[in-house]
Amino acid sequence: MILVWLILIPFLGGLLCWQAERWGEQAPRWIALATMLFVLVISVLLWLGGNFSLPGNGESQWLLEWRVDWIPRFGIEIHLALDGLSLILVALTGFLGALAVLCSWHEIAHRVGFFHLNLLFILGGVVGVFLALDLFLFFLFWEMMLVPMYFLIALWGHSGSPGQTRIRAATRFFIYTQASGLLMLVAILALVFVHYSNTGELSFSYDVLRGTDVPEPLAFWLMLGFFIAFAVKLPVVPFHGWLPDAHAQAPTAGSVDLAGILLKTAAYGMIRFALPLFPEQSAAFAPVAMTLGLVGIIYGAVLACGQQDIKRLIAYTSISHMGFVLIALYSGSELAIQGAIILMVAHAFSSAGLFILSGQLYERIHTRDMRTMGGLWSRIPVLPGFTLCFVAASLGMPATANFVGEFMVLFGTFPSAPVVVVIASVGLVLAAIYSLLLMQRVHYGPEYRPGPLKGPDAREYGMMLTLLVLTIAVGLYPQPLLDTTAAVAAPVAELFTDGADLAARAGEVN
Amino acid sequence: MMVTPVVLSFLFPLMGTLILAFSAGRLGPRASSVIGVGSVGLAALATLWAVMGHGGGTEGVTLWTWIAVGDFQPTIGLAVDGLALVMMSVITGVGFLIHLFAAWYMTGEAGITRFYAWMNLFVFSMMLLVLGDNLLLLFLGWEGVGLCSYGLIGYYYQGLDNARAAFKAFVVTRIGDVFLALGLFLIFMELGTLDIATVLARAPELWAEGSATANLAALLVLGGALGKSAQVPLHTWLPDAMAGPTPVSALIHAATMVTAGVYLIARLNGLFLLAPDVMLLVGVIGAVSLLLAAFAALAQTDIKRVLAYSTMSQIGYMFFALGVGAFDAAIFHLVTHAFFKALLFLSAGAVIISCHHEQDMGKLGGLWRKLPVAYGGFVVGGAALVALPLVSAGFFSKDEILWQAMAAERTGLLIAGLLGAVLTGIYTVRLILGTFHGEPGSDHARHPEPGTSVFTHHLPLVVLAVLSTFIGAWIYPGLGGLFPEAPGDTVETGHTLLQVLAMGAAIAGLALAGWLFLMRRSWLDNITDKGAGAGLWKLWHHAWGFDALFDRALVRPWQWSVRMLRFDFINLFMNLPALIARAFNAGLVRSQNGRTRSYAVVMVFGTTVILLALALAPGGGA
Amino acid sequence: MNGIPMEHGLILASILFSLGLAGLMLRRSMLFVLMSLEVMLNSAALAFVVGATAWNQPDGQAMFLLVITLAAAEASVGLALMIQLYQRYRSLDLDAASRMRG
Repeated sequence: MILVWLILIPFLGGLLCWQAERWGEQAPRWIALATMLFVLVISVLLWLGGNFSLPGNGESQWLLEWRVDWIPRFGIEIHLALDGLSLILVALTGFLGALAVLCSWHEIAHRVGFFHLNLLFILGGVVGVFLALDLFLFFLFWEMMLVPMYFLIALWGHSGSPGQTRIRAATRFFIYTQASGLLMLVAILALVFVHYSNTGELSFSYDVLRGTDVPEPLAFWLMLGFFIAFAVKLPVVPFHGWLPDAHAQAPTAGSVDLAGILLKTAAYGMIRFALPLFPEQSAAFAPVAMTLGLVGIIYGAVLACGQQDIKRLIAYTSISHMGFVLIALYSGSELAIQGAIILMVAHAFSSAGLFILSGQLYERIHTRDMRTMGGLWSRIPVLPGFTLCFVAASLGMPATANFVGEFMVLFGTFPSAPVVVVIASVGLVLAAIYSLLLMQRVHYGPEYRPGPLKGPDAREYGMMLTLLVLTIAVGLYPQPLLDTTAAVAAPVAELFTDGADLAARAGEVN
Repeated sequence: MMVTPVVLSFLFPLMGTLILAFSAGRLGPRASSVIGVGSVGLAALATLWAVMGHGGGTEGVTLWTWIAVGDFQPTIGLAVDGLALVMMSVITGVGFLIHLFAAWYMTGEAGITRFYAWMNLFVFSMMLLVLGDNLLLLFLGWEGVGLCSYGLIGYYYQGLDNARAAFKAFVVTRIGDVFLALGLFLIFMELGTLDIATVLARAPELWAEGSATANLAALLVLGGALGKSAQVPLHTWLPDAMAGPTPVSALIHAATMVTAGVYLIARLNGLFLLAPDVMLLVGVIGAVSLLLAAFAALAQTDIKRVLAYSTMSQIGYMFFALGVGAFDAAIFHLVTHAFFKALLFLSAGAVIISCHHEQDMGKLGGLWRKLPVAYGGFVVGGAALVALPLVSAGFFSKDEILWQAMAAERTGLLIAGLLGAVLTGIYTVRLILGTFHGEPGSDHARHPEPGTSVFTHHLPLVVLAVLSTFIGAWIYPGLGGLFPEAPGDTVETGHTLLQVLAMGAAIAGLALAGWLFLMRRSWLDNITDKGAGAGLWKLWHHAWGFDALFDRALVRPWQWSVRMLRFDFINLFMNLPALIARAFNAGLVRSQNGRTRSYAVVMVFGTTVILLALALAPGGGA
Repeated sequence: MNGIPMEHGLILASILFSLGLAGLMLRRSMLFVLMSLEVMLNSAALAFVVGATAWNQPDGQAMFLLVITLAAAEASVGLALMIQLYQRYRSLDLDAASRMRG
């Protein structure tokens, strides 16, 4: 039942925020903050009380499970379950949700209640995605995150340069994700019907569908359907067009949630659904996926260097970082998959930090154009130091979580795909270039305009410090996270070796 | 018990960093200096304690397991042996003196808290680099010092050139670091561990000498070392890095960080011994670097750039020593070099501050009477740099290197080393004469303000000057037992001959320089002003044009591709469906024109078509 | 009911219909458009009458009444629109009233 509450709390909190606007502007903010902290506390308590060792024979792989029938006629049920991976991501959602509320404290001035309604609905949808095991329910939550995000960008976004309006960015975001969601729906339905024609049982259940024997050419197309749906959200390079626009035009809270959590739903979807449902096809597809990951790493990095808008720059770095995650997921190595999970968390921290920082800069100098920055080091106290820390995290400086993630990915992938790792390593140099370029354009050089600016207040300082401490803590002692997700990563890694065995055996038979 | 002092030795600088970083401007310059200098001083004391308590051999302690997934078990663990202790002593000892000097040098600068925070963080990272018992922790320190170097080169952030120099330093060394990282991946895949001792034990068991894997692993590690130690071809960042404050150049870009590559290769000696070809390459790169840099140093006008090229040249000697298998000689030279190069840089710093940030030799001169302490520092340091026989520290270490090359029968390398020694003499004399003798070239040099502080100005210079004499060579403990046998350990014949040769080279350099600069000054100026001489001068002044080469071969294509890709052409392809939809829209909108007559026409046309279709369709109509 | 063959009546109806259609498509003035519409309606009505006569069926005559009623209603609405059009645009040109920019 606690799983239901995890999902319901943000939704209820959102409705409450909406109504609370009549008690004043501050009320929705405090309610939203309390709601997200509540989610965070619940998940941390679950974490402290959980046992995350590999399940023995016959034991459930889930830490908590909750299922009731929903539409029995079609075999649809409300099936929620929690394991180490979902738990970490739910906790991350709670944490970044709280940060998103905090960072929009002064930024959002009109329709405060409705803003927080949308924010909390997104987060509720995300928690749902992380917990849902029924494919229909998963799809429902997957789509549910999009609509409030659309409003968040369209109503509270910044209108950027001419031709780059927030409505346009929001529409683009919506079309991309909606179209990809449609692909996933088709793939889900096809899978269900194949299972129906095999067994005569109509079911959307994850456990049931995992064993489905799908005929060969169809299985590949279904795998591709899932892959593209998640690839758009990750994003993987040809499908990344929505990301820079959405990030650049979204309010800070929107960017934080997009980069910090929404991108992670895609990686989660791959680990949870795309790979286990179609292990052999995924194994066969791995070289393509890895190549796409490489293209993402390099292409994202090159484009990041060419941006003038600070938020667009950070957005493109996300593409680059997610390339590492994609490579890791298809490497079939437990070390790399564990690394990818760490990298997801690390990227959530570092990109959230950078987005919040650029939001704080925007509040002070009212521009995101780096050509009109420069020399801010002498004008703003403290913030440049924090920027340098997060930039260092973003370029994978050891002792930050990003380093642990990236290097585990590379160490894990090297034995199976050395060439991929060699090329991906070029991304490490490029990461240094774009990260330092940001630093240099914003904070170094002569002052673009004279005059000191206000330093961070307690709220801003606290957010930055918390993120930084977490980044370094995970960088120096990631073991608690690794232990939590070990039971998830190991089976996913084994999928590929099993798949390869099967293929080899099939080859012998032939 | 060893653990306490060793842990303290790097915790003190870390605490210093944290206190300074979180003071958020509440500390005054004086308090910042006290904390910054004090923390390194305490670290030096802790190191002294560790050295006293060291019982020989390797003592290790694992603080905690960093990451544990399957076989991948790197720890946060320390390994203390003679090599680590020598390095720690250099880092904290020389580091402390430089910090102390910085208190004088940085007086009146803005952001002194930031300066000391970075410096302390640097000492911390460097300590982790030498103490780490596994390659991943070493890599942590390795990258950490790079970041600190970035922060300190860009310390004067308002100049765009400084920011660019910092950027260049970081990116170029990062290229080397990626090679090192690939080396780590390879080592882990093949040997299943990153623990240094285990790697060194397993490598000879699993890899045949000269096998492709061993060569590749050594080559990749070498790539990392080249970047950090500014050896050809990844050396172009070092001269530009002089944009940082002079104490930074002394600590990071002379005494410690740039020698990290030497430390790395010495630490992984077993790996390199399995790859004789790579060892030879190390030696050759060292020789090439030392010659290229020595020639470049001849034609610099900025005193700090002369010292930068001389640093590169001296590290070339260390690589040269590593290449012939004389690891102990390389570390010996590393230590003496740390002493005398720190001395030279600090003396240069004293000159620069006294002359109001004037560092062009053409505008200095005639300072020897007015800045006696700095002059003394330059003379003693310069003597060590040219390896003045018997009295200087540099003589003993350089002699050892040349002797090992001779014993290893690497005649080509030996000749390069001797030639380098001659060149060193020439550029050192040129540097000292240009800075301290002759006529002052500017008002700043005519009226210098000598440093007067005994504690923060005189003391560091004097201590380093003492260490740069034979005393510095004398206190070096010798690490022969830690390393595989060097070629010169077994051979005896010819050592005396070599010593004579080395002395001869140093003295020849000095004499030649004296003759050239004192007797034939005008002739020299003539030559360098026109014709081939001027071309040579220009070539050497730009250090053989590596910068221009990299600019054309790498930087410009990169910038071009960034400009080309800036508008995200792949995304434009994804806009294709939108464009097609829009084209349809444009076509159909035209029919929706609000003119009744055209609607009527279209309707009639449509009706006719449908009726005709019905009439003509098979089975339809009548 | 002999004399005039059905074909003649139908040909007349279709000629009238074509004339009306041509008027509808070619004329700009709303008055003529309305008149053309009337002609087309009446041609259809004529066809009904001819058909009804030929087959001796009363349905055709009933349809004729319906068409006339329809034509009257159409004329009244059309004329009302025409007056409005004229008042707004001071012209009976239908194209002038088009505000769509395709």
